Amino acid sequence: MLTCKDASRLLSEGQERPLSLGERLGLRLHLWMCVSCRRFEQQLALMRRAMRALRRRAETEADTAELPIAARERIRRALSEGRGQPRD
Amino acid sequence: MEEAPLNTRLDKPAAGSPETWLDEHGNALYRYALVQLRDPHRAEDAVQETLLAALVAHERFAGGASVRTWLLGILKHKIMDQFRRQVREVPLDDVDDASELDDPADDGDFAPSGHWRNTLSDWGNPQEMLERGEFIAFLQRCLDALPQRLAHLYWLREVLEEDTETICKEMAITPNNLWTMLHRVRLGLRRCLDRTWLKGLSREGT
Repeated sequence: MLTCKDASRLLSEGQERPLSLGERLGLRLHLWMCVSCRRFEQQLALMRRAMRALRRRAETEADTAELPIAARERIRRALSEGRGQPRD
Repeated sequence: MEEAPLNTRLDKPAAGSPETWLDEHGNALYRYALVQLRDPHRAEDAVQETLLAALVAHERFAGGASVRTWLLGILKHKIMDQFRRQVREVPLDDVDDASELDDPADDGDFAPSGHWRNTLSDWGNPQEMLERGEFIAFLQRCLDALPQRLAHLYWLREVLEEDTETICKEMAITPNNLWTMLHRVRLGLRRCLDRTWLKGLSREGT
């Protein structure tokens, strides 16, 4: 019988790799009886979706960003130095 | 400025010169780096490293892909380099790591019997949560409060959507170690969101 600690770990690993049949059966049985782990499963799914939303938000913000002029000048200088004598 | 382009021959029409790369692709590279690194200075550094590497590799550019695609490919490597440096900055071997990560988290969440100490709260309708937006703001704050190394790994996994194989290879860690750390992050974020976002909601009385 899985403990909640085991079940939560399996739920998390289920986001990383396909679970085995045995793992899935054990998990299903546990979830059937355990409201906390069912909620943890939903919370994991929500966190994953929210991270995707965070990415989309960052993309929208970056959409209008421009390489700052100071950085642009610094890079230009680095490039003209690098051209004379390649670094690395 | 009257200097003729260096590469006017037909075999390298697309390569241009590094100065035109900066003007033509600088913003695109910067935007891409900004999303992934979330830090203007680190993004600027990544653009600079990319263009310098491109300058060195200039002669090897096959011209098959567009310059933009080629530069973005280099940038992706540079971004991964930055993550690698940051993750490896904290030298912890796998064993120490796993035990250090396992115990405190579990002590917080689980009783010695392996059951949750407290019944988990219901977070309500997921769709509604996402649309309300503040959930994401709290998530961001909880992420910022994580140990950097863990936050970077989680970001690589959930935002850059890298798989276990890639992350383990790049960061020189084992899958089991990675999964332990990701699990720890998820437990930690869950607790943090419970404590901050959910508590705020119940205070509002909604």
